[in-house]
Amino acid sequence: MSNPKKPHITVMRSQLSRARGLGSGQAGVGHWWAERASAVALVPLSGWFVIQVFRLAGASQPEVAKWGARPLNTTMMLSLVILTFYHTQLGLQVIIDDYVHGKAHLPAGLLMKGIVFLLGLFGTVSVLKLALAGSSRGRIAAG
Amino acid sequence: MQDVRDALYVGQRSDGTLTRRPMSPHLQVYRFRLSMFLSIANRAAGVAAAGGSALGLCWISAAAKGPKSFSKVQKVTGNPLGQMLLAGWALALVYHFVAGIRHLVWDSGYRFSKKEINEDGPVAVGVTVGTTLALVAGILGVAICRSRKKAS
Repeated sequence: MSNPKKPHITVMRSQLSRARGLGSGQAGVGHWWAERASAVALVPLSGWFVIQVFRLAGASQPEVAKWGARPLNTTMMLSLVILTFYHTQLGLQVIIDDYVHGKAHLPAGLLMKGIVFLLGLFGTVSVLKLALAGSSRGRIAAG
Repeated sequence: MQDVRDALYVGQRSDGTLTRRPMSPHLQVYRFRLSMFLSIANRAAGVAAAGGSALGLCWISAAAKGPKSFSKVQKVTGNPLGQMLLAGWALALVYHFVAGIRHLVWDSGYRFSKKEINEDGPVAVGVTVGTTLALVAGILGVAICRSRKKAS
């Protein structure tokens, strides 16, 4: 099939991609980096959360409310919830890319993103409600 | 060509000549390796950890809602079946964490040779099992101690 005298490189790339001088440089690169960056950020946040679980294990609702009203805890919890569900969405998209083919691919991805977005938003609203309700109750009690 | 499927495996070299693209055998052809299990287990653990996190939202939302909803969640976390679910979530999270660290190490260009990957696999399993057991026992112990202190 091939002419042995003619120099060639045995790589599986089209002439167009060779002419462009680039490999794949589309949305995949950003997705890959976002997955890694969110993973790195989740390492210290997870460690913080484990400590909080030890502090709150067996705690009553007023104790949890008091904990959740502290601004530092609210900040860390919001970061944890948002990054967890962002990282979830990135990971599940890769699974959909791998296993769902054809016409179902786009709706499957959109449906997954919608569900994960709502879950993340629900967590965010819950953390904020815990934070703000706690402080207002304190004000009523003080006044 | 011996098989009609070979028609789909015709590729082009960079000089335009035709060549047969390499074919990957089916999964069951390969001898079982720990690495292949750990690889798919990381994906499964990621999905399980995500499902557990969705359930974990019940805890924070119940705390935000009030004492009545929170006592309902405490019934689940106090139940042995609920505790087993929590332990499973912890296992998934810990393994996804450990395997994620390995991926970050590989991405940085370290421990990526066949020999090193085969060495690190059993270590990852040991760290996962040990950390999960320590976490579950520790959290359960603290929870029991605290509720006993309240009762007395």
